[in-house]
Amino acid sequence: MNRVPFAPGVFTWPAEEPQLIGGRCGSCAAVAFPVAPSCPRCGATEIAEHRLPRRGRLWTWTTQSFLPKEPYAGGETPETFRPYGVGVVELGDEVRVEGRLTVADPEQLEIGMEMEVVAVPFRTDGGVDGEVDSEVMVFAFAPIASGKSDSREGV
Amino acid sequence: MHDVAIIGVGLHPFGRFGDKSAIDMGADAIRAACSDAGLQWKDVQFAFGGSFEVDNPDAVVGRVGMTGIPFTDVYNGCATAGAALELTADAIRFGKYDIGVAVGMDKHPAGAFTSDPDYYGAPSWYGEVGHFLTTKFFAMKINRYMHDHGISHQSLARVAAKNFRNGVLNPNAFRRKPISEDDILSSMMLNYPLTQYMFCSPDEGAAAVVLCRADIAHKYTSTPIYLRATALRTRAYGAYEVHSSWSAVEQDPATTVYASKAAYEMAGIGPEDVDVVQLQDTDSGAEIIHMAENGFCADGEQERMLADGETEIGGRLPVNTDGGLIANGEPIGASGLRQIHELVRQLRGEAGDRQVPGDPKVGFAQLYGAPGTAAVSIVST
Repeated sequence: MNRVPFAPGVFTWPAEEPQLIGGRCGSCAAVAFPVAPSCPRCGATEIAEHRLPRRGRLWTWTTQSFLPKEPYAGGETPETFRPYGVGVVELGDEVRVEGRLTVADPEQLEIGMEMEVVAVPFRTDGGVDGEVDSEVMVFAFAPIASGKSDSREGV
Repeated sequence: MHDVAIIGVGLHPFGRFGDKSAIDMGADAIRAACSDAGLQWKDVQFAFGGSFEVDNPDAVVGRVGMTGIPFTDVYNGCATAGAALELTADAIRFGKYDIGVAVGMDKHPAGAFTSDPDYYGAPSWYGEVGHFLTTKFFAMKINRYMHDHGISHQSLARVAAKNFRNGVLNPNAFRRKPISEDDILSSMMLNYPLTQYMFCSPDEGAAAVVLCRADIAHKYTSTPIYLRATALRTRAYGAYEVHSSWSAVEQDPATTVYASKAAYEMAGIGPEDVDVVQLQDTDSGAEIIHMAENGFCADGEQERMLADGETEIGGRLPVNTDGGLIANGEPIGASGLRQIHELVRQLRGEAGDRQVPGDPKVGFAQLYGAPGTAAVSIVST
């Protein structure tokens, strides 16, 4: 199936190891996500693209258990909707980013656990005559299986 | 700078009212506030009006009398009423007028608030992929807070149960049935750890207050309530606030911390002096966090305070005595003036079945909303 990113310039994809694309202020070096026209800390307008660390720790999380209203564009109906996880991950020690989680089960989520950026299917868009022709991909955070992580103390 | 007194308060009940327009509810609230102040709309020299759904709250003059006064419309998310109150007070403080009205009105469709993320400086995809939800933010904030400060799920239920109980005592509330802590905990999980009955609902209603220069207040009432402080603040860099796709690692206190600090300084009153409190309880977790952000306790102390009933109407620090947002719902423009209405009733000793005992003298009200704006007001006898 044809796969397309959900938005341009937000993450490096397709890629084996996708990275989020943030912005770094040319004046005060503050890092934000995604790239914005100016710096949220000092207001300077010299912003350079900056690829964020792929890994970090889960700072907080929740589950989205009801179908959001527009502008949500997941394409589900109340019948087909399945809860998804949402979290904030502190990537390296650079910035905290909010994103979907690949896990929606509270039993499997814990503040401080190690996560990494992945790309997951978000929605399939029907083509001509309703034929499925493309899968829309979004970035998400997935737990890193224990043992594989390059651990870092604290959050 | 002149001191400011509240001489009249008026409320249109909060809830669902069929075809009745927000403007008509606003007109009812203004009439009630003017009547409470013992004056007429034609005596009012200016007004500020706030709403989310109504483009022009000043259209209410077509209902209460087209006297030609300056009537300015304001909006600051859930802190809108704080902005209307502060601007009305400022016009009197700085001597431009003697008597003014602050009014708020709204009529929301059912379900969680939504909007275009673009209007908040967030990217469009942020809404498309399902992040543009205030409920999710409050859930993530309290989940972290529970982790850091040992707050239990039971405490979340205690807050909601208290506010529903207080709503039973308030004839103007939207929700007037008690709900047990068990039923609150077992209701549908909307955003972990927050269940359906831990959240307030958008609804309909209006509220108005009449303010005047303190030195003429006794012409209108024998029980003026003085507006000691108003403060509104936006978020500082590093604060973890609603509707943001990211936040800084170097964390800064929430915007409410700055607003309350400024208000305490302006009033010369500290949290230890406050007798009755109204907090933004968008959800029960928000009430718990806001207790600490406004200086009423240390982080984590809420667990014991709630278990001991300290924030009940008869407790040491009564919080959301009229049921707060959880029992009243939130018509955004009106919500903060409902808080002031309740504080004035409590300080005058007119709160009926929900009257705080012991002759309360100082009241405190706090609002918090998107995209990280807080407003605090302090009143006293």
